[in-house]
Amino acid sequence: MRDVAVIGIGMTKWGELWEKSLRTIFVESALLALEDAGVDRLDSMIVGCMSSGLFVGQEHLASLLPDYLGRNPIPAARVESACASGGLALRQGFIEVASGISDVVLVGGVEKMTDVTGCEATFALGTAADQEYEGFHGLTFPGLYAMMAVAHMHKYGTTRRQLAMVAAKNHENGSKNPLAQYPFKVSVDAVLNSVLVADPLRILDCSPITDGAAAVILAPVEMAKSLKKPVVRIAGSGHATDTISLSSRRDMTWIESTHKAAQKALAMAGRKIGDIDFFEVHDCFTIAEIMVTEALGIVEKGKGGRAIEEGLTALGGKAPVNPSGGLKAKGHPVGATGVAQAVEAVKQLRGEAGERQVQNARRGLTQNMGGTGGSSLVHVFEAM
Amino acid sequence: MPNPAKSWREIPQRYRLEAGKCTNCGYVAFPPRLICPQCKNREFAPMKLAAAGKLLTHTIIRVAPGSFEDQAPYAVGIAELDDNVRLTAQVVDCDFAKLKVGMRVRLEFRRVNEEGAAGVIYYGYKFVPE
Repeated sequence: MRDVAVIGIGMTKWGELWEKSLRTIFVESALLALEDAGVDRLDSMIVGCMSSGLFVGQEHLASLLPDYLGRNPIPAARVESACASGGLALRQGFIEVASGISDVVLVGGVEKMTDVTGCEATFALGTAADQEYEGFHGLTFPGLYAMMAVAHMHKYGTTRRQLAMVAAKNHENGSKNPLAQYPFKVSVDAVLNSVLVADPLRILDCSPITDGAAAVILAPVEMAKSLKKPVVRIAGSGHATDTISLSSRRDMTWIESTHKAAQKALAMAGRKIGDIDFFEVHDCFTIAEIMVTEALGIVEKGKGGRAIEEGLTALGGKAPVNPSGGLKAKGHPVGATGVAQAVEAVKQLRGEAGERQVQNARRGLTQNMGGTGGSSLVHVFEAM
Repeated sequence: MPNPAKSWREIPQRYRLEAGKCTNCGYVAFPPRLICPQCKNREFAPMKLAAAGKLLTHTIIRVAPGSFEDQAPYAVGIAELDDNVRLTAQVVDCDFAKLKVGMRVRLEFRRVNEEGAAGVIYYGYKFVPE
């Protein structure tokens, strides 16, 4: 297996981009990544997208996107694992370069979510759950995570205020990210007083509906060394699955797929969780970040709530989580999220993160999950 | 509108709570499965789920997907039935303020949703406080 580096990154401002189509937002980010890499050549591309069919009525992105990027006839694939589609695209691109099948691979993520109404978007996102045995009963994604929150609060004493502190922290970080959909601070009280979506989760506990894309260019480390940018290596890649329905899990307060994927990624990198300097994780809802910090092993089971209170995961803390602002402030165009996490990891490791730079960052970890944890991808990045 | 077969084929589970019990390890599959996720056995004996259990978690859906908009707000929960099988369903005939982890519920056959004026009416199970 060859060592794989990220040689280029690209991401544009996220938000409600009514003037731009899916193909446009994808190509903008892809061109930025190609310019950043400074290479002309592209052997192949893999794009994560959850549901272009339901959001814009368009499938066959594996033809549309290389076409509008002006790269026909290169091979292209679109991969889907709900909200983990971007992370999955990264892993497939990593495998393609590591195996020697391709040298220069573009990994993209895209979701165009505002062409439909809020109700239609809620339905489209709901298809990441078991449609016949969860969606059938009127469950939504906020509803599923709300039930995980109720179980976590009941078992470990996690408080409503601790959930709100996750949102406040991520907005604090996001206020330093000019590409974020909501680059402003939100107070704990504002979260606690925002409108209920699925009790106990309120609107400011939820990541937003976002149009956005992100792209990275992967190449063998040997090739990366001949380029101008600092070399960032993908040291580990882990992937695991779990049951699609929440009720099938023996423990609703624990995300086993993330735990397993992290173990695999860290083993491949030859690192322990304590060796990691910062984390970009899947905070689709505030409770998710608390549960993910536990599943990754940053804190013990049940201690995720206390960790946020003690500032462990703040930008200046011992284990900064979501310096980019996370899904909460940066936005969550579902298929793009996993790739945007990689973009942030590379920015941090190159020392290009500006005001939100994690000091002396040498190693970063990204965690991207689908549904309620039915699939998870974890990657470890290292500056060389 | 989807082919009515989409809901018709789920009738044994949704109307009659029919599950499959692995003849080798005892794992209960609901809905029924072709292969046991625990021991990979492919034989299941038909069984009916217990009719009552206790609520493990719950929420109140206030922002609903399109086809449930007219029902919002409504409560949903996951219960562990008396045979240890876990099930997701709406919790009805219940004051929202009384929803509690550990509360006893029984399963009742109810109307769940309908596809507009001319489509299929979906029936299934819901939780009702005991």
